[in-house]
Amino acid sequence: MKAKFLVPLFIFLLLAGFLGYGLKLNPRELPSVLIDKPAPQFRLAQLSAPDVAIANADMRGQVWLLNVWASWCVACRQEHPVLNGFSRQKVVPLIGLNYKDGADDAKAWLREHGDPYDTSLVDADGRVGIDFGVYGVPETFLIDQAGVIRYKHIGPVTPEAVRDVLLPKIAELKRAG
Amino acid sequence: MRVDLMRRLALVVALLVPPAAFAAEAEPLAADPALEERVMQLSHMLRCLVCQNQSIAESNAPLAVDLRNQVREQFVAGKDEDAVVEYLVARYGDFVLYLPPFKGTTLVLWLGPVLLLIGGAGWLAWRLRRRVTEAAPPLTNDERARAAALLDGTANTSQEPRS
Amino acid sequence: MIPELGHFSLILALVLAFVQAVVPLVGASRNRLALMAVGRPAAQGQFLFIVFSFGCLTWAFVTSDFSLQLAATNSHSETPLIYKITGVWGNHEGSLLLWAMSLSLWTVAVTVFSRNLPDVFMARVLGVLGCVSTGFLSFTLITSNPFDRLLPGAAQGRDLNPLLQDPGMIIHPPLLYMGYVGFSVAFAFAIAALLSGRMDAAWARWSRPWTTVAWVFLTSGIAVGSGWAYYELGWGGWWFWDPVENASFMPWLLGTALMHSLAVTEKRGAFRSWTVLLAIGAFSLSLMGTFLVRSGVLTSVHAFATDPARGLFILALLVLVIGVSLVLFAWRAPTLSGGGSFGLVSRESALLGNNVLLAVASGSVLLGTLYPLFIDALNLGKISVGPPYFETVFVPLMTPVIVLMMIGPFVRWKGDDGDRILRKVAPGLVASAALGLGLAFAIGHVSWRTVLGLSLAAWVLIGSIQILVQRIADRRGAAPGARLRSIPSSWWGMWLAHLGIGVFIIGVTMVGSLNTQIQVKMMPGDTAQLAGYTFTFRGVKDSPGANYAAARATLDVTRGDSKIATLNPEKRFYQAQQMPMTEASIDIGPFRDVYVNLGDQLEDGAWVVGLFYRPFISWIWLGCTLMALGGVFAAADRRYRRLAEREVPVGAAARQVA
Repeated sequence: MKAKFLVPLFIFLLLAGFLGYGLKLNPRELPSVLIDKPAPQFRLAQLSAPDVAIANADMRGQVWLLNVWASWCVACRQEHPVLNGFSRQKVVPLIGLNYKDGADDAKAWLREHGDPYDTSLVDADGRVGIDFGVYGVPETFLIDQAGVIRYKHIGPVTPEAVRDVLLPKIAELKRAG
Repeated sequence: MRVDLMRRLALVVALLVPPAAFAAEAEPLAADPALEERVMQLSHMLRCLVCQNQSIAESNAPLAVDLRNQVREQFVAGKDEDAVVEYLVARYGDFVLYLPPFKGTTLVLWLGPVLLLIGGAGWLAWRLRRRVTEAAPPLTNDERARAAALLDGTANTSQEPRS
Repeated sequence: MIPELGHFSLILALVLAFVQAVVPLVGASRNRLALMAVGRPAAQGQFLFIVFSFGCLTWAFVTSDFSLQLAATNSHSETPLIYKITGVWGNHEGSLLLWAMSLSLWTVAVTVFSRNLPDVFMARVLGVLGCVSTGFLSFTLITSNPFDRLLPGAAQGRDLNPLLQDPGMIIHPPLLYMGYVGFSVAFAFAIAALLSGRMDAAWARWSRPWTTVAWVFLTSGIAVGSGWAYYELGWGGWWFWDPVENASFMPWLLGTALMHSLAVTEKRGAFRSWTVLLAIGAFSLSLMGTFLVRSGVLTSVHAFATDPARGLFILALLVLVIGVSLVLFAWRAPTLSGGGSFGLVSRESALLGNNVLLAVASGSVLLGTLYPLFIDALNLGKISVGPPYFETVFVPLMTPVIVLMMIGPFVRWKGDDGDRILRKVAPGLVASAALGLGLAFAIGHVSWRTVLGLSLAAWVLIGSIQILVQRIADRRGAAPGARLRSIPSSWWGMWLAHLGIGVFIIGVTMVGSLNTQIQVKMMPGDTAQLAGYTFTFRGVKDSPGANYAAARATLDVTRGDSKIATLNPEKRFYQAQQMPMTEASIDIGPFRDVYVNLGDQLEDGAWVVGLFYRPFISWIWLGCTLMALGGVFAAADRRYRRLAEREVPVGAAARQVA
């Protein structure tokens, strides 16, 4: 058996290894490029108080979560009880980003499902969403005292994600700050 | 990503031809067709992040529409193609580009075909040189001739060359 | 009841496939004729059971039996009959059954048309095909049973994806699968030859027609699929370098290389290990395509609903089939050296050169297709590789293939004089380059791609004429008619297929250079202009179909004072799937297509209408048709038939050889 005749076999096995590993990956999940970068600048009206805008500077000095949601988003309903529970613990401020939604629809939705947010910011045209690299709703960003994005959760937040990822990361950031 | 001048000219010419007297000339959907052409050219190079492998030019998913609007707005604001691409990459990463940039992680992607070609050509040259010098093993040749003769029905068909 | 019969029949088919896999191979290794003889009836019986099973599944679709899970999710009582039938393979499970049926059909064809093969060889071929069949039937039954019941049954089905409710989808999957699976025959011949340790000109000659016919199916299947994408996806594009498209294109490239390599092995006994490797490679890429489409490792517009468990099963199958083949290759191929010697400048060299280039092109497509996966698996981030990459890489790789393709037929077998060849082809090459440049100026689109494309097309056409003239001139003395008639069918096949590539390049280049499009807002009576054509919008009417509501627009297309066509693009809404669809309307012409699609209605009552001008686009499919036709001519060559007629002596002779 000459070595060169084994080359096709090795190439194939290498390929098969990658293909097998590929089965575990999700080709549609896109990690954020903004991790460890300052959160994009925003200045948005609040859903409950359209005249009072909130900007990055208002959140300085504290660790906080930004949760992108919309009343038309089906998966948001799935994570909503988790967020309600999370906000009751009063660990960090939870700010909603009401993404491409109607104000009335959004308010009705919060009345129906409960409002876990300290406040919700209105991103009616989705511009701030694009700045944050949002490509699907819901998404959740963890932002530190200096306004740097530290973590992004894609898809509905689960109780396990809160317990195993978000809370430890928040505690770590609080210690560091 | 350069807009094709001829295509643009053709479009302009097409629009300038006077319409038939009895009917109104339809308005282009885009206020500025030349700009729209530029937007679509670039959009074809950008991936719709929520779709199943479609460009933002081909998709009508809300995010694709938003991103096309972004591209258009930025062109109107005077940014060029590179600046718009930079803007999107800063938010969504290289994933948004259908033409991956040449950098460390794409080295194999871009050099791979060249290496394959060099390897293939080298193997070919080596193989041909060896082939020219080596003599055919007599046994195999003999068998081959025997089989070929039997299969061909021997000489009576050999005046018909097959190629 | 009928689905259960189908299920049971499929299980019986699996049992027979297993018998077909094991018994003949054992018989061949022990030289027991009785065991070897089992292969043929097992294969034929297996085919009958699969066809019956497929018939049962079709029956459930046609009668709208929504207690069958698959019918409930892919059909609807209002679906037109033809799409009820094609709905059978418009999904993962049913298309696997179609895959298995194609394989079985090919196997039966081998048992019928290759009766003259030596018994040992035939037993091995059937055994290998049986192994593949066993793998796929168990995959179907274990992970993707098409006969799963839905309890309680649904009152109504969810209908077939509207994108698939289209005439193109009626024939595209069967053609494509016949192509993919057809390479299994060449593969089985190669493995059988490796097992016997002998491969010679006879082996190549047996393989050739099978490979060519599979290639014809694959070519047609890809062409129909691309035509479907052109008019159904509504963007006027025809090839998107989507992973699923690439999955069909890679085996096509290697299959093309295989056909040419087999020609050398048959004629000159050379390249034997390379030919075997290509036969394994072409089929492996077909299998890998199946994996890519069904496992979800890559995102694609055309992928089936995916499931990692299925992915794992196919991957295991892939590793088993390809891995064992390549081990066998590594073990036996070293004994295959030798064959006829040939000079540096010879037909053999030209063919081998093109072979290498086609393999490199195929490898590059594979690299680009899987690269996002590699990067992701190595945790280096996420990237996309799309059409701009493939175009950048593919054009430079294929250019020398096209140039060499028309030089090869001038070169003699064994050895030739380089200067003689140069004198023959140089004028044509220079003229082509000049013509390409001149034509690019004439059409007013001078870019390197247009010049290159037109030059290559000119070279193929000039070269084709030159080859034909030389071929006729070679037979001095005979009357011209007799000279033409004396040219064998396989030569015409080669000539036509190569000409088809030239025609194809013209289409690709022209449509890439000169296409124009515009989106306009139209009210009834409005006109719009594009590329010298005037489009007059006559309004929109309701035009409901069996399972959809539709708005149907009427546009008159005129050029100057002459009326060209009336086009009726539609915007449909499929009720069961709650899915809107645009149906483009196309006036197909020999030198251009005029393509119209209907968008949304705006608030002021105007409709968004997309107007597209696609010069020479039908030449793309004309070229593919010529290629496929060339394949048919090549496979229909008299010498393969003579081979079948002279059953007894050949069988005996080959037995001596094998």
